[in-house]
Amino acid sequence: METKRQYEVVFIVDPTADDEVTKLTDGFKQIVVDQGGTITKAETMGKHKLAYEILHKKEGTFVLMEIEGSGKEIAELERRMRVNDRILRYLTVRVDEDRRRAEKLKTRRAAKQAKRVAAGGQRRGGAVEFAESKGE
Amino acid sequence: MSTNYEDRPRGGYDNDDDDRRPMGGGRGGGRRMHRRRVCRFCIDKVDLIDFKDVRLLLNYLPERGKILPRRISGNCATHQRMLAEAIKRARNIALLPYTTD
Repeated sequence: METKRQYEVVFIVDPTADDEVTKLTDGFKQIVVDQGGTITKAETMGKHKLAYEILHKKEGTFVLMEIEGSGKEIAELERRMRVNDRILRYLTVRVDEDRRRAEKLKTRRAAKQAKRVAAGGQRRGGAVEFAESKGE
Repeated sequence: MSTNYEDRPRGGYDNDDDDRRPMGGGRGGGRRMHRRRVCRFCIDKVDLIDFKDVRLLLNYLPERGKILPRRISGNCATHQRMLAEAIKRARNIALLPYTTD
């Protein structure tokens, strides 16, 4: 089976419902777990000013969750957030693919570096360096 | 001038072809030709641009709130794409503005 997907979910809680933040977060966590996902991270990013007004609110509490699962739990989670009027906005981003790609680039770079060191510091002008770092 | 892109040459832009010409005989006195435009992200070896990193993204968002074009920032295509994606995500959850007025 393929590996599980990783998601980052950020949602904004109504600033007037500050005391409910933990309750809401726990509720969402429960939903995810019930659907068969796992929470890898959950943290409150604190109260921030919004860059623009949402429902006439100028600020909100940002909460970040990282979820691992099949994607089914995301559907359920988003549905719940949509109907909850304490949630001003949410955003889900799938991160596993990007992270894998970043990892790959990193290892490749490390390998290249090792090779270069092994080759014994042959002349390498700035142009070469630039071309290499630019490559995908 | 309101847009204040950093490194904007004095006197604004002329036709873009002009810049590709090599240092033509002192005319106008070395405007923009000498600047090596390098991708900051490539130098820092950034593989991922996080949309939550508002401080970073703000560097590429001039007053008007538009995404700073590549021709000015000097970003490589890969990183410009990542950056644009991150900015758009940040806009969606109100970390960055769509417009400012």
